[in-house]
Amino acid sequence: MAQALRRIEIDFVDLFLWLFRTAIIILVIWGTVAKVFFGVGTEYSTAAWIDFTIAGIAQGSLYALIALGYTLVYGVLFMINFAHGEFFMSGTMTATVFVAIPLASAGYLDSNPFMSMLAIMLTAMLVSVGIALLTERVAYRPLRRAPRLVPLITAIGASFFWQYFFRGLYGSAVVPFPNIPIFSGTIEIFGLEILRTRLVVMAASIIMLVGLYFFVMRSKTGKAIRAVAEDKDVAALMGVNVDRTIAITFAVGAAMAGAAGILYGLMFGQTHFFMGFVPGIKAFTAAVLGGIGSIPGAALGGLFLGVIEAVGPPLFLEGLGIPGAHQLKDVIAFTMLVLVLIFRPQGIIGERLAEKKA
Amino acid sequence: MKRLMYFIMLALLAATLVACGGGQQLTCEDAIGCVEIAPGDPIRIASALVITGPNAQLGTDSQRGVEIAIEDRGEIEGHPIELQAEDDGCTAEGGQTAAQKIVSDPTIVGVIGTSCSGAGVPASAIMADNGFVMISPSNTAPVLTHPDTREEGYFRTAHNDEVQGAAMAQFAYNELGARVAAAIHDGDPYTEGLASVFRDSFEELGGEIVAFEAEDPNATNVTPVLTTIAAAGPPEFLYYPVFTVLGANLTQQARQVEGLGETDVAGADGMLSPDFLEAAGDAALGMYLSGPDLGFENQAYTDFLATYQENYGSEPVAAFHAHAYDATNILLDAIVEVAQVSDDGTMLIGRQALRDAVAATSGYTGITGTLTCDENGDCADPAIAVNEVQEVEGALDFVPIFNYVP
Repeated sequence: MAQALRRIEIDFVDLFLWLFRTAIIILVIWGTVAKVFFGVGTEYSTAAWIDFTIAGIAQGSLYALIALGYTLVYGVLFMINFAHGEFFMSGTMTATVFVAIPLASAGYLDSNPFMSMLAIMLTAMLVSVGIALLTERVAYRPLRRAPRLVPLITAIGASFFWQYFFRGLYGSAVVPFPNIPIFSGTIEIFGLEILRTRLVVMAASIIMLVGLYFFVMRSKTGKAIRAVAEDKDVAALMGVNVDRTIAITFAVGAAMAGAAGILYGLMFGQTHFFMGFVPGIKAFTAAVLGGIGSIPGAALGGLFLGVIEAVGPPLFLEGLGIPGAHQLKDVIAFTMLVLVLIFRPQGIIGERLAEKKA
Repeated sequence: MKRLMYFIMLALLAATLVACGGGQQLTCEDAIGCVEIAPGDPIRIASALVITGPNAQLGTDSQRGVEIAIEDRGEIEGHPIELQAEDDGCTAEGGQTAAQKIVSDPTIVGVIGTSCSGAGVPASAIMADNGFVMISPSNTAPVLTHPDTREEGYFRTAHNDEVQGAAMAQFAYNELGARVAAAIHDGDPYTEGLASVFRDSFEELGGEIVAFEAEDPNATNVTPVLTTIAAAGPPEFLYYPVFTVLGANLTQQARQVEGLGETDVAGADGMLSPDFLEAAGDAALGMYLSGPDLGFENQAYTDFLATYQENYGSEPVAAFHAHAYDATNILLDAIVEVAQVSDDGTMLIGRQALRDAVAATSGYTGITGTLTCDENGDCADPAIAVNEVQEVEGALDFVPIFNYVP
């Protein structure tokens, strides 16, 4: 009797999940069909669809760069570093306040845009790396052997600490990122008008993603990172300095976040102490979507999330007749997260984790 | 033994109460309770304004208005006035937290706040349930004083957006000659209310609204929503009465979206602060922002500005300092009117009596005009100005170019 009951219970949960998945898929298809074939809502030209997609790809490349930090750290420590959004913010704000704005008022940003950009980016990356190393040393390393929930809570604490530390430092108002004339306006590629800032963001992201991939796959340090990810104890026996490798992992992730922050400033023109929170959560979503622990997964997840956020509302939400559809892009993003967690916990291209890691 | 101790404690407590309650006894006959203030103790009022975050200037400016009103008043019947400043965060959660904190303190007599309508909706409900009176210097959403949704004890000295939205529609239709318009809000009661009033007024004048969209207040990538707007129109006039962060993003990215190059863009008083100009930068040049008409020509305002300059070392930084000053004075006048004072200086303030006294405000001469509270809590003498962002002496500034009185 008891056995029979349990079976019914399991069937019921499965049935519910199956219905849930089917309902979402039907809604998406229904909305898309209504939009494309029956023209529900605003009518878009092909150029408008391309604009949606490009805006999405540009936003998605930022998510991808930030997602790398989550994925790398998860790979070696199996912890979600919720302070990562703050690494992103700290470098950006510091570089904006101490480098970008003085350079802009001195006129250097106009006369030497590329050198200035390099200086701004390096400062941002250095500050982010510094904050990350400090956080790792003070907040995470002492808890290395603690149960997994402990560093997670500490990370949330560290996130709040840095947010309000930098709020105290730079105030709570928006600090504008200076406008760089050479990066403003549009450029024509393959007959498409693309904003220069978007092009810069996409190009820089691709270079960094590819560079990082080769760093992890080909260099000696990269090999050490992968060895630590595989098994810390065995890696230590093989002569890998585990603490140093973990610190390097944090540093690399933070450097990517710092660079992403400057690209964010370039694209959106605003920085403030709370700027790391939303992109941080979105990048975490992207990392899980792509398969946490995998670098190509983070890149793919970020791009996918950016594009679906931009294209999803006009495509299937408007098709379903929902007013003010763009406001609901977060609903799409987090529904995706729930779906992935239920049906494909390893992410889009993630591999199944070994018993020990899971 | 334990029981004996308990008994002694109780007896001591009773003795203390008797000792303190000596002298002439005031009895509270108010329907929803009273605040009793011992001789020499301060009369405590609270503020719930946005004093942190990207919109901090809006609330800080109002809070200074409150502080100056308290300073000008000095004391009431020998009781100093004390301000407890809370933060409404310009969000529903922030308004709720601030309100919960205030109502948990029974010594607080009345509340000036909130800054943002989104915070005002939950805060006014909590105040109503706990018998408090609140006067907002800058909530403008129509929903707050709508007869069906207004909470007991809620008042405001800021204009109702029924007026502000109509002013912007008049300006767009008559002054700019726009016939096709679009609007974006962020789902907050203030922005949605204002955008809706604008839509209705603009259509009433004979214009066409081609798109009525919504975007998340923290969104950075707003090109998709702007592309939707451009595809639907493109409109000659685009109105987004939102707050600093989203407003700056929309302003900057609107200039980059194909089809919106010729579109006039406009916002409202949520963005009428230097915070916004700083965040949006040069992209804000030439945009229109509505807000209260600050061209007050009276001695009280001149004195107020002098005190402001002296205390804080600057000109007012946002739009609602004068409304906050008037709101505080209306509250303090009502306290003076209803307070019962015993021979030893103990003061008793009835909460329902206080609400009634504020509601009965009529023909009050304040900085912002002649204020009379109607039965729904609207006390303002509204006058709206539309400002254009222009370059003045090398910096961006708001220049009033159109005035509207209903």
